[in-house]
Amino acid sequence: MSGDHTHGAHDVRADHDDSLTYYQAMEIAVRELLIEKGVLTAGDVRRQIETMDARGPQVGAIMVARAWVDAAFKQRMLEDGSAAARELGLQIGPLKLIVVENTPDVHNVVVCTLCSCYPRALLGLPPDWYKSRSYRSRTVREPRAVLAEFGTVIPDGTRICVHDSTADMRYLVLPRRPEHTEHLDESGLAKLVTRDSMIGVSVIET
Amino acid sequence: MTDAHTVTFRAGDRVRVRVAHPIGHVRTPYYLRGKGGVVERICGSFPNPEELAYGRNGLPARPLYRVRFLQRELWPDYAGPPTDVLEAEIYQHWLQPEDAPP
Amino acid sequence: MTLPDPHRSHHDMGGLPADTVVRAEHDYAMWEKRVDALLVLLGDRQEPLVSTDELRRNIEGLGREAYERMTYYERWISSIAQTLIQRGVISVDELGRRIQEVTARESAHD
Repeated sequence: MSGDHTHGAHDVRADHDDSLTYYQAMEIAVRELLIEKGVLTAGDVRRQIETMDARGPQVGAIMVARAWVDAAFKQRMLEDGSAAARELGLQIGPLKLIVVENTPDVHNVVVCTLCSCYPRALLGLPPDWYKSRSYRSRTVREPRAVLAEFGTVIPDGTRICVHDSTADMRYLVLPRRPEHTEHLDESGLAKLVTRDSMIGVSVIET
Repeated sequence: MTDAHTVTFRAGDRVRVRVAHPIGHVRTPYYLRGKGGVVERICGSFPNPEELAYGRNGLPARPLYRVRFLQRELWPDYAGPPTDVLEAEIYQHWLQPEDAPP
Repeated sequence: MTLPDPHRSHHDMGGLPADTVVRAEHDYAMWEKRVDALLVLLGDRQEPLVSTDELRRNIEGLGREAYERMTYYERWISSIAQTLIQRGVISVDELGRRIQEVTARESAHD
């Protein structure tokens, strides 16, 4: 049975030279059906992919760098992460953000044990390891061992706070500003900020 | 039984996560059930995910709290310092005052 | 064979023993990005057709073995399709026919 294919439904071809998997075929089928039913358009899909591609840790880094240079902004950010992001003009959509600050006394690390909740609007798509069974199972129970696997050793005098994103909030770690960076301006500081430091598995070293 | 919709707890209150193991979509992790902690903040009130998961609207909204737990109280063999903590978001209907009967 | 604890769903894994974290990352394939886009477009609209909660619940409902065997976005597209069927947006019949047709169409290109 041939359907009436809406113009543009075939614009995005299968992306492998090897044969289509069942699930890849399912994706095409679902998308085509939705386009034919007028639920969305091929253009909507392309634009959403472009939006997602433009998101990456450089967005979260903007918030971190601003917090490092502006103490009042940092306070506002720690009280209401979403409002602070919007203040900077960042397009975060419905994200409910909590920013947690690393200090000499506390090191924060974020995990979602139940699935893989992640502040995508600020960091882009999560890395595979964040979604892995190992990370999701072990980070809540042995955070120091997991951090050590990332090469991060937190002294016993600094307590670790693990955040399990079980519900509606999403978390960003505000890493400590590295030493010897007084000479850097805000954009120079932003370049130092890594994705892993905003998840909490790494610290930023100079 | 704690009312599910009226904000009941405040930051600093000691609470215990209820023990229950229903099937269905639950956002209270197994490892926290039965554990005691302290309310760190109220996050606000949100539609109930246990209902949203079935295409229902989850209203009226329910209070959601961040609760802080001591790691040494979550895991009998916890290897880190006694000050290490874990914080998770728990809906009010999964919480009771710490000294309430189980 | 040790039967899993019925009190704990297989996705609820916090605290369970597991291996060393493999710091794997991969560049997302185009089809995976399209799946991701579908979820956003279906959820972030006036009248959502797939909520994040339905996505999660249907992923949880895939069962233990499928959960382990399938990749992340394979679980997503299955769950999205399942939700759309549950909601009556697409029918089982439509989906089945179209998957067959897509498969045949793409093989013809090879």
